[in-house]
Amino acid sequence: MVEFAKPAANYDITNSVSTPDLVKLTDAGLYCEYGDFYIDPWRPVGRAIITHAHADHARPGNTHYLAAAPGKRLLSTRLEPNSSIQTVEYGEAIKIGEVTVSLHSAGHVLGSAQIRIEKDGEVWVVSGDYKTEEDATCAAFELVPCHTFITESTFGLPIFRWKPQQTVFDEINKWWRSNQEAGKTSLLFGYALGKAQRILSGVDATIGPIYTHGAVEKVTQAYRDSGIALPDTQYVGTAPKGTKYSGSLIVAPPSAQATPWTRVFGTVSTAFASGWMRIRGTRRRKSMDRGFVLSDHADWVALNQVIRDTGAEHVIVTHGYAAEMVRWLNEGGIKASSFSTKFEGERDELQPTDQDSESTEESSETDSGIGAANMQDEADLAPTTRTAAAAAAADVPRFF
Amino acid sequence: MKAFTDLYTALDETTKTNEKIAAMKSYFESASPEDSAWAIYFLTGRKPKQLMQIPKLVALAVAAAGVPGWMFAESYDAVGDTAETIALLLPDSTKTSELPLSDWVENRLLPLRGATEQEQIDSVLEAWQELNDQQRFIWNKLLTGAFRVGVSQQLVIRALSLVSKIEPAVVAHRLMGTWEPTAEFYQHLMEPDTKDTDISRPYPFYLAYPFENDLPVLGEVSEWQAEWKWDGIRSQLIRRGGQSFIWSRGEELISDRFPELIEESVLLPDGTVIDGEILPWKEANVLPFSQLQLRIGRKNVSKKMMEDVPVIIMAYDLLEFGGVDIRDRALVERRELLERLLRGLSCSSDPAQLTIAESDKAAPFCQRLSERLRISPKVEVDSWEALSESRNHSRSLNVEGLMLKRLSSPYKVGRQRGDWWKWKVNPFTMDAVLIYAQRGSGKRASLYTDYTFGLWDNGKLVPVAKAYSGLTDEEIRQVDLFVRQNTLEKFGPVRTVKPELVFELAFEGIAKSTRHKSGIAVRFPRMLRWRTDKPANEADTLETVQALL
Repeated sequence: MVEFAKPAANYDITNSVSTPDLVKLTDAGLYCEYGDFYIDPWRPVGRAIITHAHADHARPGNTHYLAAAPGKRLLSTRLEPNSSIQTVEYGEAIKIGEVTVSLHSAGHVLGSAQIRIEKDGEVWVVSGDYKTEEDATCAAFELVPCHTFITESTFGLPIFRWKPQQTVFDEINKWWRSNQEAGKTSLLFGYALGKAQRILSGVDATIGPIYTHGAVEKVTQAYRDSGIALPDTQYVGTAPKGTKYSGSLIVAPPSAQATPWTRVFGTVSTAFASGWMRIRGTRRRKSMDRGFVLSDHADWVALNQVIRDTGAEHVIVTHGYAAEMVRWLNEGGIKASSFSTKFEGERDELQPTDQDSESTEESSETDSGIGAANMQDEADLAPTTRTAAAAAAADVPRFF
Repeated sequence: MKAFTDLYTALDETTKTNEKIAAMKSYFESASPEDSAWAIYFLTGRKPKQLMQIPKLVALAVAAAGVPGWMFAESYDAVGDTAETIALLLPDSTKTSELPLSDWVENRLLPLRGATEQEQIDSVLEAWQELNDQQRFIWNKLLTGAFRVGVSQQLVIRALSLVSKIEPAVVAHRLMGTWEPTAEFYQHLMEPDTKDTDISRPYPFYLAYPFENDLPVLGEVSEWQAEWKWDGIRSQLIRRGGQSFIWSRGEELISDRFPELIEESVLLPDGTVIDGEILPWKEANVLPFSQLQLRIGRKNVSKKMMEDVPVIIMAYDLLEFGGVDIRDRALVERRELLERLLRGLSCSSDPAQLTIAESDKAAPFCQRLSERLRISPKVEVDSWEALSESRNHSRSLNVEGLMLKRLSSPYKVGRQRGDWWKWKVNPFTMDAVLIYAQRGSGKRASLYTDYTFGLWDNGKLVPVAKAYSGLTDEEIRQVDLFVRQNTLEKFGPVRTVKPELVFELAFEGIAKSTRHKSGIAVRFPRMLRWRTDKPANEADTLETVQALL
């Protein structure tokens, strides 16, 4: 079992020994020994609390799942059929073993949650992925005061700062309109879970018809079924042969770029909506006509704001620009460290748009036929391991 | 600055040539001549001499952004461009500047050079305050001298040609050489009267395309002229109005580097422009290019240097004769005139009088006007097979291969397919092991794309070459991942990686070098393919490659 990474050298470790570690890092993932459950484990376990439905957080193979109620339908489409999923409402406290657990909205995607764990007055919060700007497709981010805050840092560099989303939607609408005037089809790529629905909710649907890729349509339907209002869309797969796409908007996952699937749309203008589009180099590397800076993650300003406002005495950074954020916080007087997990380090920089949580979900888009990014993770879930783990956990009752 | 920023954004937002040309056209149609001149200056890759030291600029940005210096380094790693990193780090702007580009360049940018440090600081901070986010980025780009937007000079020329209704070739000609980006320059550029008078101005070079086909597709061998592909500095020698000029293909005036050629050029009649290759030449042989490089580096050429590395011009073509632009005449005619000229025979630019007088025909071919002005010999063959055979001798002759030129071809502008082909000999190759990697910049920012390769020498890998090009995007991604997962050590930006990956490298030449640990320097190395089939211990040894010397 791997322990926390050592705190930064300039931090005096002596005043942190008295409090228990409510969450530890293990080979299977983040683990709470006082409640005997994991959070977003990457290996099959008995009990898994899931922060949200993206593929790098919600993996198949666990015996029992616990998640926030608003995301249940969405989550069930992402796991094996008949998976055991229990839900709680945001803010509803439950006792698991020696700890009290509650889930609080993370504002990232539909049903996304921060996990609050309390034992004898000591509070830890695991953020999962989060975003502080409100949008119409999920509940708003809730600030949860805590002693230890385990945070993401996907965009943990000061170069990542977002404009208000309405400004971005205005840009998208303008682009769509001018394409329409030029007789072009607007082909907008964004991750199928979350980003695509946020785009749908934000664009001006009166401009023209909106079509979707199968992967997007499937998730969009799950959103609608969960009570989220989204404009009408037509799945390209069921559109009649000979449909004229010119002037329309097509929303598709990035993996569909430059595939034969895009051939029927005539003259297209392509665009990609992602926080990584803030950097010109990634924009150009994607070979898209346009890049819209739209992210479901907190930007630099929001990360710092949230970290400060939780009042946490200790911050543990899980993924993204972790080392940078840790050093920044420590230099700013906030005790910080990171988990040395297999997701850490440079993986996200490598091919930012293929590696971080904002993107990995694209790999689970079976419709797109491309699941490369996640193949490695799938390999970790070799059937034998899974069966053994499932057997070991077989006598574990329902989640709680 | 606003219109120019919009132009940059428009150019950056499309990958389509026609849309880029249209964006430039609409800019030139509405911008003032002053602004247009500066826009052309920057779009064609020209830049003012260093205006301000980059570290000082970075320090200023870091202070303005309120982040520590190491955070700039981390951010730069993600962005891969200094100007952009600064723009992204600065606090959001609330203003937009309406001042024209020329105003910003002439009154704000250029005065930075030579200003005191305090003046520079005040001026740059003031600029950042007045400009919006995207304008700041452009301003920083101009300031750091790294303005690139993915348009070639050719595209700028096509846009200007559309605006002015002047032939692209004339525009290209007027854009060559040194010029000041002023309103007068722009007006002259757009002047419909194309009888330009500038005596120093070279013609745009006509460049050959690499030939990668089977010879018979070219048709009859008798329709082609074959010459050796010499390895020197492609240049134009201009003799006009009693003065001589030498221009390199990079549009650099290099007359002063080759005083002996300037001296010889007085033998040429006024109104002559020769296209040729400057070669290091001793007795009857061309010397390796590396010898010439020794001369290029020097501003002042010493007597000793001139004796050690004498140069000649190997003339390929005649572009102007008797003050007349003859580029549209057929190669066969231009060549005949060139030969007559350089053999010291009387000749006329009048095509009607092109035939060589009977008396002159007797003159021996070896007769020369000057030993330093030589004609590139033809490789005379009567079949493609024979030509192919000739090409095999390239290495022993110290040439890069063959040039194939259609006899009926005019002298065109830029790199064009069809009439002129370069048919190089196959490059040297070696199988080398990836040992160091560094991140790229620009489009390759944050990816490990710059590699150093080693060869075996007594059980150790000795670095022999750096290469950046030749891999597909997918391969780069895979190598990048390998580098990250197999780093042994980090030295600043350089990573030592586990010696595991083998690549076949191609290179054009090899020379002894005292500056390299390996004792050799290879010319123009690049990756041919990734030898996934070869383990590192089967890569080549230094000895094998040294044997090519």
